[in-house]
Amino acid sequence: MSSIAEHTVEHIHRDDVGSRLGMWLFLFTELVLFGGMFLVYAVYRFTYPHEFHVAAKELNTSVGALNTIILLTSSLTIVLSIIAIRKNNKFLSVFFQIFTMVLAFGFLINKYFEWNIKIHHGIFPGSEILLAKGNGEILFFGLYYVMTGLHALHVGIGMLLIEVMTGLTIKGRINSTNYVRLEAAGLYWHLVDIIWIFLFPLFYLIT
Amino acid sequence: MSGEHLEITVEHKPTYGFYILIWLVLMMLTGVTVAVAGINFGNITIATALTIAIIKSYLVLTFFMHLKTETATFKIFVGVALLFLLISIALLFSDYSFL
Amino acid sequence: MHNNGHSVSYLDYKGKHSGIFAWILSTDHKRIDLLYLMASLLFFAVGVTFGFLMRLELIAPGKTIMDAQTYNSFFTLHGIIMIFLFVIPGLPAVFGNFFLPILIGAKDVAFPRINLLSWWLYILGALLAVISVFLPGGPADTGWTFYIPYSIRSTTNVMPALMAAFILGFSSILTGLNFIVTIHRMRAPGMTFFRMPLFAWSLYATAWVQILATPIIGITLLLVSIERAFGVGLFDPALGGDPVLYQHLFWIYSHPAVYIMILPAMGVISEIIPVFSHRTIFGYKFIAFSSLAIALFGSMVWAHHMFTVGMSETAQIIFSLLTFLVAIPSAIKIFNWVATLYKGSISTDAPLLYALGFIFLFSIGGFTGLIQGALSVNMHIHDTSFIVAHFHYVMFGGTGFGIFAAMHYWFPKMFGKMYNMKTAKTGFWFLFVGFNTLYFPMFVMGWLGMPRRYYDYLPEFHIYHLVSTIGSWILIVGLIIMFTNFYKALRSKTSYTAINPWGGETLEWTIQNKPSLENFEVIPTITAGPYEYKDNEENLMKEDS
Ligand code: HEM
Ligand SMILES: [Cu+2]
Repeated sequence: MSSIAEHTVEHIHRDDVGSRLGMWLFLFTELVLFGGMFLVYAVYRFTYPHEFHVAAKELNTSVGALNTIILLTSSLTIVLSIIAIRKNNKFLSVFFQIFTMVLAFGFLINKYFEWNIKIHHGIFPGSEILLAKGNGEILFFGLYYVMTGLHALHVGIGMLLIEVMTGLTIKGRINSTNYVRLEAAGLYWHLVDIIWIFLFPLFYLIT
Repeated sequence: MSGEHLEITVEHKPTYGFYILIWLVLMMLTGVTVAVAGINFGNITIATALTIAIIKSYLVLTFFMHLKTETATFKIFVGVALLFLLISIALLFSDYSFL
Repeated sequence: MHNNGHSVSYLDYKGKHSGIFAWILSTDHKRIDLLYLMASLLFFAVGVTFGFLMRLELIAPGKTIMDAQTYNSFFTLHGIIMIFLFVIPGLPAVFGNFFLPILIGAKDVAFPRINLLSWWLYILGALLAVISVFLPGGPADTGWTFYIPYSIRSTTNVMPALMAAFILGFSSILTGLNFIVTIHRMRAPGMTFFRMPLFAWSLYATAWVQILATPIIGITLLLVSIERAFGVGLFDPALGGDPVLYQHLFWIYSHPAVYIMILPAMGVISEIIPVFSHRTIFGYKFIAFSSLAIALFGSMVWAHHMFTVGMSETAQIIFSLLTFLVAIPSAIKIFNWVATLYKGSISTDAPLLYALGFIFLFSIGGFTGLIQGALSVNMHIHDTSFIVAHFHYVMFGGTGFGIFAAMHYWFPKMFGKMYNMKTAKTGFWFLFVGFNTLYFPMFVMGWLGMPRRYYDYLPEFHIYHLVSTIGSWILIVGLIIMFTNFYKALRSKTSYTAINPWGGETLEWTIQNKPSLENFEVIPTITAGPYEYKDNEENLMKEDS
């Protein structure tokens, strides 16, 4: 009489709209998290317009542009994977998910080399070369490392998330009638993309 | 509301082609923003770059993130979040833009 | 499952896990509520102990029981514990968790597992805060505000404290997220937004603030930790950074955070007042919308904490003006509560006493807030004990008393026991008198120039400090009376079965005490607003005509 499985409540209750609503709310927190850093960026850029301009010249526009292309494309492939699963094409969906992860990985590799080169040139937090520069440039590179670093962390998390979804898709737990989790992962992935859409011009294109 | 749980939003038949089109537009915009950045517009350089970024995010939000087919609640939510950011930046600059 | 229409209570059913795991792994909103309740009361006790010791140090000028460094650590720990571990989770995570689903006719929150995760994050954050005390280096001494540049220079354990606040922020965000989706998706049939009890409305407004404002402090504290750990130039003036920008970001969250604390308390008061005056609440929609208005305007006034740091004059005037505006929706609520009491048939049980205590103390806190919002006066009293008095009147007199009111109001429903009413009232009077004796002198001495965060003072302030310290003892006696009263009730063998002791008309009073796992046998269909009191209203109408 007194043995009730707590979990029955959850399972009977399935609300896709609610899940998506929850995901969007979570995305807002991510948005504001980066928004806070954009506020910092805005104030410092306003204070040191010239030095930001000079410092941005150190960054390689082509590398940034390449990463933009990679991320935008990965945003497309994750959308396509959702359409595929809705059309009950499991194989194609998994294919697109893996494709997305490969692109994400490419983004990170690219980022790795970019940072590596900077560090080789002696530009990293606390380095003598950086400290010898003006205040505005120190702040620019501080923000550059922190903002692209945290963004890269999000790319990594997104990759893991999609990886989990791929597993679930293969197992059939994500299927043409129940794919809200894949949608949620997709939403997350697009947000990571949107943040990059702003990071790219603000760091690489203001020369 | 418990009776309506499995409601499914009215889906327009999703097509691969449509999203590829959106992606092409996004690529084009990226090209434009990089090309334009080379030209020195002075002060409006940053404004152009940001305008393009806003257009791009709008596309991602509306189509890739399906905001277009979601209910009004979702759209209002996004509006509230953006409003919060807008208020914060506007009031913050009431300090920095005046001396 | 059925037992004369009486189901197994949430305290007794057996779920998947057993022993302690039946609790710390439970996804039932009511069990999670009790976890939160116990943890936050524990931290409250710790926080009060720090406050008590600080007051003891201040009983006489000069060093009394601790040195300056210890005092600095004490007010930091006291602040962090009281803010992040007691008043912020105090109402949403504790009583919101228990009663929000019930008030809107739902079986649980929208994401029960995330609810549990949020509790675990809370515990993790709390553990980090505790660890920071015992690690070599000593507890943080920056104040709960972590102002730059001291927070990157101090050699104490600032890092774990920052991380603790960061994680606690995420716990709070997850609670907010859960509540918004719950309110949007899980209301019982017929439960329209405007039939929701006002506590639910206040939690809704609060949840938005939690979701939108908390990430700002999250990222700000993270940036400070990154700056501390890797020497990245972000806020440090030595590297070109702007400490005032740090303050802006800190207060963009921390001012709205005071609404995270006060809004749900206002919601509790809006529940209690109509029930104990047996009247429909006056101006339901005004109260509901004023919660949203407070949430909105509340995010536009943050820089009133920074009038002395050298902001632009434009900013000072704007923020001062907005600060005056934000008082309006709070005043609307107070007006409506008083209007509800007017001509009501009032029963002065303990919950109402606490609610009235709230109104009185919060009004003083609010008015003195307006005084501080005026630019010229602010220059005079900034960083004095006037401020300390003000925020204790709001946070303790407001939120603290709101929590106590909620405990007395919902105790029989949650535990199926009743406390001794006379003792509860005695406890209230000790708390109320102790509170005012403790904090009112701080207004006076602050006005006369007593700075805050000082462990020593000039002899002319002695009398005020002495009175204040005596007040802290009276207050603590009150707390002891209140909690032993609850404890005795919990231990007593006689269970309390009346399901509606106060004559409330909201849904929690229609279900059994100690609700069952699923709260309702059958999900109710709602046909009317929450506080109708038709009989009583009709009588009043007759009297009037
Ligand atoms: C809900 C209850 C309470 C809350 C939310 C609260 C909150 C705070 C906060 C935020 C601070 C500022 C810390 C800082 O400056 O960094 C503070 C300071 C202080 N509190 Fe409390 N507190 C509460 C209860 C108490 C109690 C019960 C006592 C005394 C028994 C007390 C005595 C003090 C003292 C002496 C200070 C230091 C003032 C100074 O030197 O600046 N507080 N409190
Ligand atoms: Cu404030």
